Amino acid sequence: MNAGGENLLEVTDLVKHFPVKRGVLIDREVDQVRAVDGISFSIPRGKTLGLVGESGSGKSTACRAVLQLIKPTSGSVRFEGEEIAGLSRRQMRPLRRQMQMIFQDPYASLNPRKRIGQIVADPLRRQGVASGSDLRRRVTQLLERVGLAGEHYDRYPHEFSGGQRQRIGIARALALEPKLVIADEPVSALDVSIQAQIVNLLDDLQDELGLTYLFVAHDIGVVRHISDRIAVMNEGRIVEQGSADQVCEHPTDPYTKKLLAAVPIPDPRESRARREPARD
Amino acid sequence: MARFIVRRLAGMAVVLFAVSVIVFLIFNVVPNANPAQQLAGKNARPFLVKNIEEEWGFDKSLPEQYVTMMKLVVNGELTSYEPRIPVDDRIREGIPATISLSVGAGIIWLFFGILLGYLSALKPGGILDRLLTAVAVAGISIPVFLLAPVLIYFLAEKLELFPNGGYIPFEEDPWEWLKHLILPWFTLAVLSIGFYSRVLRSNMLDVMNEDYVRTARAKGLSERKVMTRHVLRNSLIPIVTLFGLDFGATIAGTAIITESLYSIDGVGAYAADAVTNFELPPIMGVALYGSFFVVFINALVDIAYAYLDPRVRIGEAAAE
Amino acid sequence: MSPAPLLSVNDLRVGFATEGGLLQAVDGVNFELRPGEVVAIVGESGSGKSVTAQTIMGLTRGHNARIEGSVRFGGEELLTAGDAEMRGLRGERIAMVFQDPMTSFNPVYRLGAQIVEAIRAHRPNTSKATARAAVVELFDAVGIPDAERRVDDYPHEFSGGMRQRAMIAMALALEPEVLIADEPTTALDVTIQAQILRLLEDLNRERNLATILITHDLGVVAEVADRVLVMYAGKVVEQGSLDEIFYDPQHPYTWGLLGSLTRLDRPRPRRLPQISGAPPSLLELPEGCPFRPRCPHEFSKCPQVPGLEARLPDAPQHCDRCWLTPEQKRQKRQVEGQIGLEAPA
Repeated sequence: MNAGGENLLEVTDLVKHFPVKRGVLIDREVDQVRAVDGISFSIPRGKTLGLVGESGSGKSTACRAVLQLIKPTSGSVRFEGEEIAGLSRRQMRPLRRQMQMIFQDPYASLNPRKRIGQIVADPLRRQGVASGSDLRRRVTQLLERVGLAGEHYDRYPHEFSGGQRQRIGIARALALEPKLVIADEPVSALDVSIQAQIVNLLDDLQDELGLTYLFVAHDIGVVRHISDRIAVMNEGRIVEQGSADQVCEHPTDPYTKKLLAAVPIPDPRESRARREPARD
Repeated sequence: MARFIVRRLAGMAVVLFAVSVIVFLIFNVVPNANPAQQLAGKNARPFLVKNIEEEWGFDKSLPEQYVTMMKLVVNGELTSYEPRIPVDDRIREGIPATISLSVGAGIIWLFFGILLGYLSALKPGGILDRLLTAVAVAGISIPVFLLAPVLIYFLAEKLELFPNGGYIPFEEDPWEWLKHLILPWFTLAVLSIGFYSRVLRSNMLDVMNEDYVRTARAKGLSERKVMTRHVLRNSLIPIVTLFGLDFGATIAGTAIITESLYSIDGVGAYAADAVTNFELPPIMGVALYGSFFVVFINALVDIAYAYLDPRVRIGEAAAE
Repeated sequence: MSPAPLLSVNDLRVGFATEGGLLQAVDGVNFELRPGEVVAIVGESGSGKSVTAQTIMGLTRGHNARIEGSVRFGGEELLTAGDAEMRGLRGERIAMVFQDPMTSFNPVYRLGAQIVEAIRAHRPNTSKATARAAVVELFDAVGIPDAERRVDDYPHEFSGGMRQRAMIAMALALEPEVLIADEPTTALDVTIQAQILRLLEDLNRERNLATILITHDLGVVAEVADRVLVMYAGKVVEQGSLDEIFYDPQHPYTWGLLGSLTRLDRPRPRRLPQISGAPPSLLELPEGCPFRPRCPHEFSKCPQVPGLEARLPDAPQHCDRCWLTPEQKRQKRQVEGQIGLEAPA
């Protein structure tokens, strides 16, 4: 039952390079973009690993490589003890039910031509899990669980706000009852007051459903809140890894320190105090 | 740059080869295409047909015939069957007329298309816009083979403002050259003016919503400067590509109908004759000539594009 | 004795006629900007903060815009000023920096040339060479390395942070009196954001440049602002000095915003304090206080629109739109030992 021990996901030395091609008549590879340059981490069942990095750090590429949405150049990805790196699309198909992704842009990740009920039902239909009225019932349940009303089934994405659309994206990700959910910047595009709602929703769903999260974001404050462990990524590598409190309170890597120092403190006195000594 | 040129030449060679093969195959697949029979005439005796076949090589296999023909093409010795005139001579004779027609029409449609499109976009939904839209749609809808006879009838025969056809070379009489081309230019340009003005209008409306236009206004630039230096300039880029395709095709011979209607002896007219007579050599000659021009002009368009849009020059190296 | 205000906004109202009705984007904004001051306007989508800024610049004029109220700058009324006058003002006396540096420059012209264009639009007698030299100096001033060479680069050859610096350089080119920065750091990475904020602060200090900062990020506000306006659904719901807003906030929305911030210097809360619901559509505003549907402290007076008033006796500049009494506010805003909106049970 608990194959692979207590770690749901184990990534070892994952590498993804994109070739840069040049040539007069025929393109030859002359260089590589080292998007992910050998990262290793593991996530125990039911826990959350936060992956923090700025743009260009490679964190989004890492997500896709873990899910085999793009083929890793090298390295190992073990899901429940089984090696999945390099599997063909056909081989990955049955596994896809267990690993799902939530995307950043709630405006772009939902097909505007489909009703939201359809959008959430699609994964179930495609994997042959349910159909007909049973399907509708399950989708309605999912919509309610993420905080939407079942009657919204027949509405189109444009009728919803950003936060609501993100909830629809979450419902879709949960449709197949996955074990692993990778959230790639799920709240960055939302208003501040809505971000907290979505983060809390994800937290609740984790407790309810025993989900394991890989939470990717550039906002270290949000990542710290939801994560058990944090990995800091810079230029394709993980420069620091540890428990959330440890990384945030006692960072050892210079980049991590720089990142933490750059986060503005929403407290005028502290902010002034932090900067005064620097001025003299 | 060298890389670009080499690739384009290689591409051109491939295109010309493909076109020649396709034309050749089509010609040999269409029924009633026995040229020997046609040359010999309706009631020719079999041995006459056989003689012609041998003389022209029609009795050989298809690949052999193809190679023979290609050799003729490369050596510039491609000849039509009846009358026996070298194809490339005829094409060369027709080029000045076709180019005069195409370039003149091209300049007209580019200028007016841009002008009308620009004016339409200044106040979208306004009276001028609606009027120009109607004009554009009319221009796109009127078929050439209707417009030409109508213009000829009213302006050439009734009012005698213009001659009713023919082509006078520029060297002979510049004024007559011009007079003879005005109606054909207009006929050829009308469709494209309508089309281009719509495309430009649409591009401009998109660009007007871009952030950098807002920045331009925030800098305190006059509305005219904002519309020309920022909106129009950026909206023209797709027009250049479009123009390249259209102009290339026009020189290549889509002016066929216009040339025929106005009795202009250009390459298009020659192509029309060749198709009517159904002879392979002229058709092959015109097809290759046309393909060459299309590829050549598209290469020029790509170079122009790189000049107009700096992002295109520096391929993969975006500083993000 | 504080100096006379540079910019004085009074009861500014901006509405747009749309198919769905009149959309009141800004409904009564009042504030003054003094030389060297930084005023932050905080709000989320639909709050009206960007429209306020753009209206000050005259960028929202159009046939479907209904603009009322007063914006006085240097003794002149901007809302009724002619187009030519506004154009002369823009860039020269009031300059604006926009949010997305990736799209705010025209991609087909060299970046330096675009700044030269701004300079020569207002000072046509400046030669191109002089203008270019000025741009090189500006690039230096905003911290773009290798300025002499980079002036001739195209926008796509710059990173996001560098482009934003160039944007700021362009805004400073004509030495304006007021700088309006609309979400200047939102699209940037946090380390770059810190640099840009530092730059804005230095410029504010060195040039005594009055700044209006539009943002949704209270962390940014805490670092640079002197006064704060909190906007919601087109109205200002609270207004005061930086310390007043952060340490004695009077409006539940402000409590919600402050509460939902993640604080790295404090232990993690059990649950991230949130504000339930979503900002209202401006076409379907609730009756009375616009924050009603989301406010856990709603009571009988709320169906009446609260006026923006100073309700604390010793803080005449601190105004808010909430019917609760100051004592009630002080009590209700304490959630688990910190300021916030009530967390759900």
